[in-house]
Amino acid sequence: MSGTTRYRIRHETAYVYGSDVVHSHQLLHLVPRPAPYQQCLEHTIDISPAAYRRHEEFDAFGNPVTRVEFEHPHRRLAVTTDMEVEVHPRPSVLAADTVAWERLAARLTYTGRFPAREDLEASRFRHESPYVRVKQMFTEYADDCFPAGRPILACAQAVMTKINSEFKYSPGETTIATPVTEVLKLRRGVCQDFAHLMIACLRSRGLAARYVSGYVRSLVGSAASHAWVAVYTPPFGWLELDPTNDTMVGIDHIAVAWGRDFGDVSPLRGIILGGGSHRLSVAVRVEQLDG
Amino acid sequence: MSAARPDTVANGCLASYISDPRRYDELLEPTGVVRPQWRPLIDRLTDNDARAVARRGLELTRRLIVENGVTYNVYADPQGADRPWALDPVPFVMTAVEWKSLEGGLAQRARVLDALLADLYGPQRLLAEGIVPPELVFGHPNFLWPCHGVVPKGGSWLQVYAADLARAPDGHWWVMADRTQTPSGAGYALENREIVEQVLPDAISAVGARRIGGFFGELRDRLLGSADDGETPLAIILTPGPFNETYFEHAYLARQLGLPLAEGSDLTVRNDTVYLKTLGGLRRVHTILRRLDDDFCDPVELRSDSALGVAGLLGAVRAGRVQLANALGSGVLESAGWLGFLPRIAERLLGEKLTLPALATWWCGEEPALDYVVANLDRLVIKPTWPNQRFEPVFGRSLEGAARTNLIERLRTRPYAYVAQEHLALSQAPVWRPHGALGFAAKAVSIRMYAVASGSGHSVMPGGLARIATDTAVDVVSTQRGGGSKDIWVLADPADSDSTTIHRGGSRIAVRHDEVPSRLVENLYWFGRYCVRCEDKARLLRATLGARIDASVWKSAVKICRDTGLIALDAEPTASLRDERNSQGVVADVRRLAWCASQVRGRLSSSYWRAVSDMQRRLQEGLASRDEPRAILDRLLLSLAALAGFSFDDMTQDAGWRLLRVGRRLERLQFGASVLAQHMASDTAIRQRHIEWLLEANDSMRVYRSRYAVAPRLWPTLDLLLRDAEHPGALAFLSRAVARDLAALSASLATSSAASLVASLGGEAEDALDEVIPDLGDEELLTLEGDGRDAERARQSLATRLRALAASAGKLSDRLSMRHFSHIDLNSQALAI
Repeated sequence: MSGTTRYRIRHETAYVYGSDVVHSHQLLHLVPRPAPYQQCLEHTIDISPAAYRRHEEFDAFGNPVTRVEFEHPHRRLAVTTDMEVEVHPRPSVLAADTVAWERLAARLTYTGRFPAREDLEASRFRHESPYVRVKQMFTEYADDCFPAGRPILACAQAVMTKINSEFKYSPGETTIATPVTEVLKLRRGVCQDFAHLMIACLRSRGLAARYVSGYVRSLVGSAASHAWVAVYTPPFGWLELDPTNDTMVGIDHIAVAWGRDFGDVSPLRGIILGGGSHRLSVAVRVEQLDG
Repeated sequence: MSAARPDTVANGCLASYISDPRRYDELLEPTGVVRPQWRPLIDRLTDNDARAVARRGLELTRRLIVENGVTYNVYADPQGADRPWALDPVPFVMTAVEWKSLEGGLAQRARVLDALLADLYGPQRLLAEGIVPPELVFGHPNFLWPCHGVVPKGGSWLQVYAADLARAPDGHWWVMADRTQTPSGAGYALENREIVEQVLPDAISAVGARRIGGFFGELRDRLLGSADDGETPLAIILTPGPFNETYFEHAYLARQLGLPLAEGSDLTVRNDTVYLKTLGGLRRVHTILRRLDDDFCDPVELRSDSALGVAGLLGAVRAGRVQLANALGSGVLESAGWLGFLPRIAERLLGEKLTLPALATWWCGEEPALDYVVANLDRLVIKPTWPNQRFEPVFGRSLEGAARTNLIERLRTRPYAYVAQEHLALSQAPVWRPHGALGFAAKAVSIRMYAVASGSGHSVMPGGLARIATDTAVDVVSTQRGGGSKDIWVLADPADSDSTTIHRGGSRIAVRHDEVPSRLVENLYWFGRYCVRCEDKARLLRATLGARIDASVWKSAVKICRDTGLIALDAEPTASLRDERNSQGVVADVRRLAWCASQVRGRLSSSYWRAVSDMQRRLQEGLASRDEPRAILDRLLLSLAALAGFSFDDMTQDAGWRLLRVGRRLERLQFGASVLAQHMASDTAIRQRHIEWLLEANDSMRVYRSRYAVAPRLWPTLDLLLRDAEHPGALAFLSRAVARDLAALSASLATSSAASLVASLGGEAEDALDEVIPDLGDEELLTLEGDGRDAERARQSLATRLRALAASAGKLSDRLSMRHFSHIDLNSQALAI
């Protein structure tokens, strides 16, 4: 594994509306969050037209969030982010050193005793959320990945590999509104779908998993924003896996935000008044800097 | 006179009322004697002619419910699934002493739950200490992460709180469920009280029950008490809209509290401040009493597919610029899972012991609890932990074989998603037996109590909603929709002189009338238009059906009716009234009228609303009967005349009312001008019978006769229908009246730009008329009567100008809509990538 890597990333989003948007509120998750293995050296968000109000703060999961409001009629909205991020290699973990999955599920179950701080944090990510269902069908789908006593990391890797090999990566066949139950039937989707599905398989067994959004270099998903999964893996905390590329997350991935699912961290979400039909274009460029 | 007589009658009435040894009996002591608190009421109800009292009481209750339009599911369409509210007029009586203990317990519970919300949305100490299971919080769809760390303005989460309680066989009351999100039913309780007071006049003071009006005064004070910037505070009620099952209550509360009723699209958030879009401009909103569920409230940060919410609301909450009753995310406490944990929570947060016990409840997420539940399944009711689960509560004892094994497996697979509760045999109370049967029947009941936050803690409504289970044999512990309700009478404590005084709201502030949401104004405008459209069409059809004996009039009248769409092209004219497929027919327009009325219901007096529902009912009855269409139309026109009366005498004369009037007049102008144009264009325009038909269709025959000594002729008819400045059906009168109304409206508007726009529209109304009328001197009118080609040409030219007048009335209407209602024509859409 190579050493610390520096990236320059440009993420451009543009909406062209059929008629005037007279008022709009938008929520942006476009600034890389602080994390032990990455450091954002600089970033800018350029918004056109200029927002009437703009607020930077942190959301409930600790992600930087930008809230903007537009008051003047406009036909086009362009948001361009530029950032420089340094990513450090992570220590490799032996699956065998992680706790057995059933023991972890039991440990996360309420007993009336003081929970460990890390476990309590993990319990935020064990349940259904707007884009992730907890259902028997997910338990059954991944049944072969969870033999008794298998360490949690080995289980998570097995689920990742299973999804990667049994599902077809096919952009355009699903949308963000396609339910994860439907994705399971379709056997195809994009990175968001695979991440949601993998999370559903883990949570349906009482395990904790969260959704990470960000960018990836020269792998599948590098042309747009990317998504993968973090799994709670004591005693090593949260380990990240990318089911779209069937790989552990390392220096090729740059995280921006994490939450329970896509809804908590979507790069740009909002409500517009007016606008008619609209056209969206997104471009992401991830460039490695020498150094 | 024998003192024994009432007792004999009472006994007769009570013969059908049977005590059940497994239940607590609210009415009877175990010895079979009526409990003292019920005695005065029962004596009144069973005095003399008990059967007639009951029959009249039930009949009046049913009538008042229908007439007041009290419904649970409101659909304006008379064909829709309209479910009348079910009320048994026999009140549920409670003693002062008993009530006092419940009252204190409820207020304490409200404080505990408020403190719990403060912890869950703040430091989450209880989670860290293991007192609260993380599953109950993080698994709940109403735990709103975006609200974590947000302290509501004023520092309290629960402004309004309700709880469902039931009495166990041993006589003790138990809490069955907490309502923390948007507690519903207080409005129904007030409506019940109003109906019962009419059904049993004087009984309430004779029995000595407390009034509940003061509670609503406190609620209003609470909502209006939070302005901090010297502005006149504005509180609104936020409703999901007329299709919500409890919309009646929202509209009713809005009227009772004197607050505007708004939908999400009536509000806008700018710069972290919530505004109501009114005709006069944007008005800042300080407090929102919401009847919209947590996650629907803000599509930017919560559910993005919600079309009902207010974009940016959470930002305004975060900035402390608006107060919500209740705070967003308070629905997280609506789960039976909390019941077992609350005693410890109360001790930890407030150092208090809960005085009101809750129904024994086991949350299966704890292993020992799960084992207990599986072992004792027969005594328990299994329920879902969270409201979004598709799982109906089930009695353990009702399950056998595979069903039982399946349930146990479900519990073991995901134990934290289930709750088990002891099966409680509800207490029973008397209700009047239906269909004129003498005496009372016994029904299982539970009660819902309400509390509102006040300066000194929480005030509890001295009354509430008693809810009747549909079947006495079954205790349905969960919310029983449509099971029926009762008014609760809490007896006044003779020692407590305060308890019967009516609350005088100290900070009561006159309601301002420029706070009508624009959407409401638009619907008032269309309500006005449809009222007149129905009148016009009904009259036209009636006059036409009356002209059947004259082949020539019949032919041209039917043609005019077909041209206006009133009679469908392929329909037989005499059957056209009952032609349900015709979207331009009278019946379809009455339906639209009713829809508009339902949209503006909060603004109509109860008698006004009653007149609308009466009209619909009568029309439906008429259509279903074998009555002549003309007889049905006669009755319909009478009902519509009543609506017209209400629109002039029974409404606050604010901007909304003015637009209603503009709508009425613009509609008549457009319709009158186009019918007159059709008449003038026809080659029979000067024939007496045809002119008589025209006068009939314009409701002007009587005026004509009183004013002109000649039999109906064209020139006096045109004088009357066109030029007359005093006849309310005349086009000249109508255009001037529209101009006057718009001028008055312009003067009342707060913003100068809106005012000058309206003023200019008023000018246009007059100009449009002047283009048609000015050259109509007496001589020209006389010319129009002639036989020759010149006269014919003149008539055609007038017809053209009348069509132009109708068209400009239509255009004026469009421009009015665009200028005043434009912001609601725009749709909101959600974007996410």
